[in-house]
Amino acid sequence: MPGSVHSQDQDQFMMDAAPQEQEQQFDQEDELELEEKRIVVLPGATETAASFQFEGEGHTLGNSLRYAIMKNPQVEFCGYTIPHPSESKMNLRIQTYDTTNAIEALEKGLESLMDLCDVVTEKFTSARDSFNAAEADKMSS
Amino acid sequence: MAPLVPSQAELDRRRIVDINPETVSNIPSTDFPGHWPGESHEWSLDKFKEGFHVDFHNNEQFESSFSLIGLDASIANAFRRILMAEVPSVAIEYVFVHNNTSVIQDEVLASRLGLIPFKGSVEGINWMRWFKKPTDDDPESGSTPSDYNTIVLRLDVECTKNPNAAPTEDDPRKLYKNAHIYAKDITFHPVGRQEQFFVGEDAIQPVNPDILVAKLRPGQKIDMELHCVKGIGADHAKFSPVATATYRLMPDIQILRPIIGEDAKKFAKCFPHGVIGLEPVTRQEAAKKGSGYEGHEGEMKAVVRDAFNDTVSRECLRHEEFQGKVKLGRVRDHFIFNIESTGQFESDTLFLESVKVLKLKCARWKRGLMDLTR
Repeated sequence: MPGSVHSQDQDQFMMDAAPQEQEQQFDQEDELELEEKRIVVLPGATETAASFQFEGEGHTLGNSLRYAIMKNPQVEFCGYTIPHPSESKMNLRIQTYDTTNAIEALEKGLESLMDLCDVVTEKFTSARDSFNAAEADKMSS
Repeated sequence: MAPLVPSQAELDRRRIVDINPETVSNIPSTDFPGHWPGESHEWSLDKFKEGFHVDFHNNEQFESSFSLIGLDASIANAFRRILMAEVPSVAIEYVFVHNNTSVIQDEVLASRLGLIPFKGSVEGINWMRWFKKPTDDDPESGSTPSDYNTIVLRLDVECTKNPNAAPTEDDPRKLYKNAHIYAKDITFHPVGRQEQFFVGEDAIQPVNPDILVAKLRPGQKIDMELHCVKGIGADHAKFSPVATATYRLMPDIQILRPIIGEDAKKFAKCFPHGVIGLEPVTRQEAAKKGSGYEGHEGEMKAVVRDAFNDTVSRECLRHEEFQGKVKLGRVRDHFIFNIESTGQFESDTLFLESVKVLKLKCARWKRGLMDLTR
């Protein structure tokens, strides 16, 4: 299944494994899958300008990552494309100024996106809880 | 260069996507470093925290509506796409037909069964693991069905004549037993640790018990074993945990010049009920020179009451008398989400799940990036 964030791999021998062992096993499986699905740097890359190919990704990560990377003032250009709709591959182009390099910019983009997710979760949960509390108050009064 | 601070009017202008009679303009977001000379727009978590709000409008178990304010379209769209295609849920994937003498073909029946939404203990579903499908090259590469990746359901029914039916009866449901097969006729058979998770109310069961699966006549039988697995909507729509997950941008209506009297009534009619209100022109307004209200004290004027419910139909832009008096738009960073669950998870949990999936995705690629540099 393309685009899944979870490990799809499972080995036969874990069938009878105890739950904890199973968890551990899955973590390792996760690692294993990463070995297979690595970011590919497309030919023609220099230190400050590179195209990365993400296997199994689409507009979901492509566009949000593009936004996060463009927010970095050291980045001169960032754009993404899905070269062919029937191949689930996403190409991301990053060109930076001399103060950083493309890989660093990509890493920074991923980090800021993760920070953003934490804030969204936090604010969403508190807004929901206060809304639910207010609704419950309305019901009881 | 000293940082330039744009005026509030300029900031307000940037926040609105203009909706003109025939076109839309000011579409792309411009909050990037290097776009506006002298302005920073650098990513800052504190700034984001400050500007980001969530507003709930409605939070029922399976349908919720809320606004995310202060977010870029790319991020909001990522959440929406993840909700539909990448949040996992369980559905029937494998159907083993032992016997099917009904008029509905095996493959058609299997397809119908796949589309039935099931619910069960959320804890149990989260505990479940993926079932790896065998590939064409290596038929042995798939997972073995186990308690942590497969849920076993059975559908074993036979239609018989009802001896107690009245001779004149012509309703097949009374004339025969099991003439209509519903989702509630599917039985759950827990194995292994599933017995701890899926008990009582938390057992795996169809969300709606009254979904018609097949129709039978006396002597016809269906006997099948159904295997549920966890999957994602990108693989097949039956795995999508949402019925709908949509957003729209908050409408924005600005009345630039006064709309008074009969025009005001006509103007209100251009919008859904409650969007435009009518208020009397006050003495102060009428006294103010150049306001356009001079000499109209006590007459009704149009005011924007609740733009939230507007459909942005542009009807008001078609009329001569409102030319140049009104400006329509949408707020670029105000997303009104509407999430309707199929019943497996609560709708607000689904959104949190989508945020988690996006974060996991980033974490995973970050690790992949480390492998690249190593």
